[in-house]
Amino acid sequence: MNSANWLTSLGVLPLLGAVLISVLPKANDLLVKRVALATTLVVAGTAIAMATQFQRDNVNFQFVETHSWIPSLGINYAVGVDGIALVLILLSVLLAPIVVLAGWNEAVGGRWSVKTFYVLMLVLETMMIGVFASTDVFLFYVFFEAMLVPVYFLIGGYGTGARSAAAVKFLIYSLFGGLLMLASIIALYVLSGEQGGHTFDINALAHLHMSSMTQNVLFIGFFIAFAIKAPVWPFHTWLPDAAEAATPGTSVLLLGVLDKVGTFGMIRYCLTLFPHATKTFTPVILVLAVISIIYGAFLAIGQTDFKRLIAFTSISHFGFIMMGIFAMTSQGHSGATLYMFNHGFSTAALFLVAGWMSSRRGSSRIADFGGLQRVTPVMAWVFFFAGMSSLALPGLSSFVSEFLVLVGTYTRYPVAAVIGAFGIVLAALYILIPVQRALHGPVTEGNEHLLDLNLREKVAIAPVIAVILFLGFYPSPLLRVINPAAAHSIAQAGYSDPLPSIDKAGK
Amino acid sequence: MDTFVAPALSYSLLSPILIVLGGAVLAVLVEAFVSRLIRPVAQLSITLGTLVLSLAQVFRIRHASSLTAAMGSVAIDGPAILLQGSILVIAILGVFLIADQEHFTGLAAAIPGSSEEREAVKSGEKVTEVYPLTLFAVAGMLLFPIANDLITLFVALEVLSLPLYLMAGLSRHRRLLSQEAALKYFLLGAFSSAFFLFGAAFLYGYSGSVSLAGIHDAIESSPGNIVLLLIGMSFLSVGLLFKVSAVPFHAWTPDVYQGAPTPVTAFMAAATKVAGFGAMLRIFYTAFENSYWDWRPLLTVIAIITMLFGAIVAIAQRDIKRMLAYSSIAHAGFLITGILALNKSGLDATIFYLFAYGIATIGAFGIVTLVRDSSGEVTDLNRWAGLGKRSPFIATVFATLLLAFAGIPLTSGFIGKFTIFSAAFESGNKAVVVVGVLSSAIAAYFYIRVIVLMFFSDPVEDGTSVVIPSFLTRVTVIASFAVTIFLGVFPTPLLNFISSTATFLR
Repeated sequence: MNSANWLTSLGVLPLLGAVLISVLPKANDLLVKRVALATTLVVAGTAIAMATQFQRDNVNFQFVETHSWIPSLGINYAVGVDGIALVLILLSVLLAPIVVLAGWNEAVGGRWSVKTFYVLMLVLETMMIGVFASTDVFLFYVFFEAMLVPVYFLIGGYGTGARSAAAVKFLIYSLFGGLLMLASIIALYVLSGEQGGHTFDINALAHLHMSSMTQNVLFIGFFIAFAIKAPVWPFHTWLPDAAEAATPGTSVLLLGVLDKVGTFGMIRYCLTLFPHATKTFTPVILVLAVISIIYGAFLAIGQTDFKRLIAFTSISHFGFIMMGIFAMTSQGHSGATLYMFNHGFSTAALFLVAGWMSSRRGSSRIADFGGLQRVTPVMAWVFFFAGMSSLALPGLSSFVSEFLVLVGTYTRYPVAAVIGAFGIVLAALYILIPVQRALHGPVTEGNEHLLDLNLREKVAIAPVIAVILFLGFYPSPLLRVINPAAAHSIAQAGYSDPLPSIDKAGK
Repeated sequence: MDTFVAPALSYSLLSPILIVLGGAVLAVLVEAFVSRLIRPVAQLSITLGTLVLSLAQVFRIRHASSLTAAMGSVAIDGPAILLQGSILVIAILGVFLIADQEHFTGLAAAIPGSSEEREAVKSGEKVTEVYPLTLFAVAGMLLFPIANDLITLFVALEVLSLPLYLMAGLSRHRRLLSQEAALKYFLLGAFSSAFFLFGAAFLYGYSGSVSLAGIHDAIESSPGNIVLLLIGMSFLSVGLLFKVSAVPFHAWTPDVYQGAPTPVTAFMAAATKVAGFGAMLRIFYTAFENSYWDWRPLLTVIAIITMLFGAIVAIAQRDIKRMLAYSSIAHAGFLITGILALNKSGLDATIFYLFAYGIATIGAFGIVTLVRDSSGEVTDLNRWAGLGKRSPFIATVFATLLLAFAGIPLTSGFIGKFTIFSAAFESGNKAVVVVGVLSSAIAAYFYIRVIVLMFFSDPVEDGTSVVIPSFLTRVTVIASFAVTIFLGVFPTPLLNFISSTATFLR
């Protein structure tokens, strides 16, 4: 394979799988699932092979590929990754096979066939790779918007409960944000045309001359789109509904990967394109981030439904990620990117187990469970482990990233870091309360005959647990990839780490 | 002094219009003299043959540019060729839909509910007068965007409007609604024509010329009373804005779209918009170019209220045809944005948008003709529930076209919206872009609601079904779908072609 087309091949593979599935006979669900699993495994393998070729210390985009797409508008098919994008692509393609395997039967009982489910899933995988890999703003926007379509049908077609309402809410929120971003993109396009030729190349756009007013307005257009996607308080209300209605597998991809597009976009687009506006808005955004941390955590405590609870914990975690990004220190940035990766895995663990629990019990209400520890010990332990990962227990991967974010924030914005740290205390509450209610105590009625995890489910969850543990003890493989990119993006935004200084009062 | 000078006409440059007019006359003769039995086939072949021949002729003269083709009355230039080509392509697809005689009354002249009508229905007669009417309308539409003086413009306006008034009343089902639509369209259309003529008179009073170039020169040297110019421009604009259904001149649109036979609605919605905006482009880009400080504020307001009104009111619609009518009002607002831009990219973008929107509209209405129950088309949105389950293919195509209307990437609608808004932004009109983007978000809501209904609702058992499309309807729907996707993914050839040819000749 030519080193120049790694990313394109990676993006095309799932599409090939989708095409293959669409010609398979409709009746043979098992074959469809096997092909889907095989495809996602091949994609994951390819991505890992690609990652081994990545040069860690090179802060430029790598695996770059550029083809002219719509030359009359200056639009290119341009892809490339830096350390941050690479990590997020790895996250997407590693979660995909896990989701397929864990949710082996979740497509049954949807509005449409199992086949359609996996076609949508694989198309979504292509778009996830594309959205992180694009280095052309227009191409990014195309993936950003187009990926709403498969998610919309995955939620609305295969979810439970008020699935169509949740799907519509998700779509409307995202479209609204996307259109605001479109207005900003149009402005960038026109400005680039005035300054020497229409282009959407992110590197070229970073050098545009803009008045600070223009920067601020365009920044807001991008930021709101990403804040809805991430989601940040007060743009978050679609997430709990969507997470509750979607199948567990869809929710994992939604919370684990799609929402990361928001935080990734903040780093890649808001910071790079509008450094001055970033400076202007940082205080406001930090306030929003801290509110999200605390608000998400409080609401999580009050939830009676597992899926909604996980959604609110995610809102709290996204607050941490945003705080890390806008703290503008290299630790904060590295921590935020690592957080995105780790959050993907710990949410996957939580959601998959919650999904298994609710499909066995026929309900995802916390009150319907009790004493699972005795009936289904393996499932209970896995849930406990996932919960510990979510509350960032030392030794598990989330701890490293949360610590980095808080350290990185404290050096510049101590108040935000201190208030944010309360989120950790609240996390203990929102995890331990449901753990106590659902897993411990006497076995409540209706739970006596629940089945424990079967082999397939164990195989699906094992790699998630392994990754969480491994990165908890030894995060450097990822950090070595992330750190140079994080430092680079800080430098590009015109910041440098505050130097440690001795208290002058002590002189 | 009294010597008569024969007008010098360049027949080859005028041939697209002349062919269509000739075809129309031939069709009238066929209507009068040919046996009833073979009339449908004969008319269809004449109509299609004429349109294809005309399109071929447009293609042949695609590099021509001349102001003297008809003594200065018409301008043959890049935009003219592009708009004529678009109108003909849309008309051909429209005729494919019209060919399904199921939609047309057996005896248009009969009073609804009368015994004559019952007899006509019983005898199974098929009317074919819709074909010559279509051809006359197409001829008017071909002339409208190339007309270079106000008199020719008015003649073209009438030639395209009068057949449409009649065609709107031809529906087989719900005759009263159809006739009401025709009457409304006629009365309001007559009003707007009067406004147009009145405006033309004032412009003549101001400039002493009816030619667009003359008005342009007069504005540049500003000889006369500016009030005459202002009145003239506003009344002329009323006439034009009525045709393209901009708010507040839109009131006829939902009723006529709903009442007219759906194939006619399809043709009218798509082709009239191209012709109307084509003429507006020429008038505002050439004649009124230098007084843009006078018309721009008002047109900006109209664009803004048109976009918002269309998008917001569409949300409340329960009838698919009315919803599409309000959506077409919102799109008229987006298109006015392109006229406001008043730059080369605005011109290119508007032409691209018109073509993309026209093709998608034909396809969308084509699908509306297919959803029926025993008494005819079903346009009540609630009864479209679960269409995705019953006929996944048709529902998917319709959903794609709706996504194109909503401007989702990888459809032609997105490229159209992107180019037209960036042209407006380039001209410094940022308010219009922001409102445009916001109303796109509002509009997305009702497009998505239809998709929800089709895919996420369970079918109602009330006899609604998708009929097997006739071959020609199938061609229209598939062509519209294919073009919409193709222009979304590979717009380059068309964009390049437009930008290299579209320059107004003055």
